[in-house]
Amino acid sequence: MLAKRIIPCLDIKDGRTVKGVNFIDLRDAGDPVELAEIYSRAGADELVFLDISATEQKRKTLAELVYHVAEKVNIPFTVGGGIASIEDVDILLKNGADKVSINSSAVKNPQLINDLVAKFGSQCIVVAIDAKQIDGEWVVHLVGGKVPTDRKLFEWAKEVEQRGAGEILFTSMDHDGTKDGFANEALSELSDALNIPIIASGGAGTMQHFADTFIQGKADAALAASVFHFKEIEIKELKEALKKEDIPVRL
Amino acid sequence: MDETYEETMNIVIIDYGAGNIQSIKFAINRLGYEATLTHDVEEIQAADKVIFPGVGEASSAMKKLRASGVDVILSKLEQPVLGICLGMQLMCSFSEEGNTKGLGIFDVDVLRFSNGLKVPQIGWNKIENLKSELFKGLKDDYVYLVHSFYAPIDDEAIATSTYGLRYSTALKKDNFYGVQFHPEKSGDYGARILENFLKL
Repeated sequence: MLAKRIIPCLDIKDGRTVKGVNFIDLRDAGDPVELAEIYSRAGADELVFLDISATEQKRKTLAELVYHVAEKVNIPFTVGGGIASIEDVDILLKNGADKVSINSSAVKNPQLINDLVAKFGSQCIVVAIDAKQIDGEWVVHLVGGKVPTDRKLFEWAKEVEQRGAGEILFTSMDHDGTKDGFANEALSELSDALNIPIIASGGAGTMQHFADTFIQGKADAALAASVFHFKEIEIKELKEALKKEDIPVRL
Repeated sequence: MDETYEETMNIVIIDYGAGNIQSIKFAINRLGYEATLTHDVEEIQAADKVIFPGVGEASSAMKKLRASGVDVILSKLEQPVLGICLGMQLMCSFSEEGNTKGLGIFDVDVLRFSNGLKVPQIGWNKIENLKSELFKGLKDDYVYLVHSFYAPIDDEAIATSTYGLRYSTALKKDNFYGVQFHPEKSGDYGARILENFLKL
């Protein structure tokens, strides 16, 4: 049976991890490669690297980082952040990334999804969608949830699937950072409406939140950052707790 | 000269422009071996071990394989050959993906997952009913898979998984092995499988 996935997310700036991490056994708290190895050993099923740097060197630095992660880490990983062209994707995949995630560039130019899928295949194209509720409607946002668009979550998600994306990473900006649980109602609706895997993001605070998003939210995977970085939740303990609730996990 | 065997083993990863082969090379390096990426027919024929990777769409991958000329020699190789993911599927008789004729090494037709399952299957699934020295010393465990098409179970199956239905996650015929999963991305367990192949 296919296991539900637990995915730590690492924010990267200029080749270094940015969000504070609380690992006493880490030699270099800013080294994404070392952190990735630790998460891999701890039982993470997959990793996401989100590059938030905005320098001209960005592409090269990110490609180098991907190369070093692929060299050391034996679980799959996705790279996102500012990816906007076939060339951007090509170099990341060639350097060893398993998947890339695109967000704003897909909203601005939806044809990019088709082009990437045609060139690289659905299996490596993740579309990230950030949304929040405005007057009871889920509205797609850009720039980390700062800029609203005229797109609605469910319509956009359906379009993304039809254009060939292999997976959707849905972040609820209403839940992100609250540690109050994932947006399970919207996630469940997405899962029912679509036929591709959905990764839940935004709101993880407790182990029960993960169980809830897998059962009520019908999510295929759950992504979180700070609860893992600050060791509020240990992945192994989390998976043992999920297993007790009959949720299939890789232990 | 047993102690130098690892360094001198000639491992080739077929590079025909279909897929992420860097990760396979790194996985082999982590096991202490070197591997050459090539589509040169003579180099492939001279190798001790041949790895046939592949991701993407079957018919276009098959076109690239034909363009490289590797399709003609692959099924005639006598050393151990390991097809990974789409590589395994192209070693089958036929694939529903783009109605593609395969290399016909494995006598099975590759079909698309249906019945309302989420497609692609992405993530970790368990492999069971393990046979052959590829899984020597290993018990059932999780491997990483990304695929929309599958090989139905036949007598060539050396591992099975369940996704809506039971299907073959690994196949073997003579010196040819195929795995639907990515050993290079399946943690330490996947590394053991890759190592078993290299030690055949």
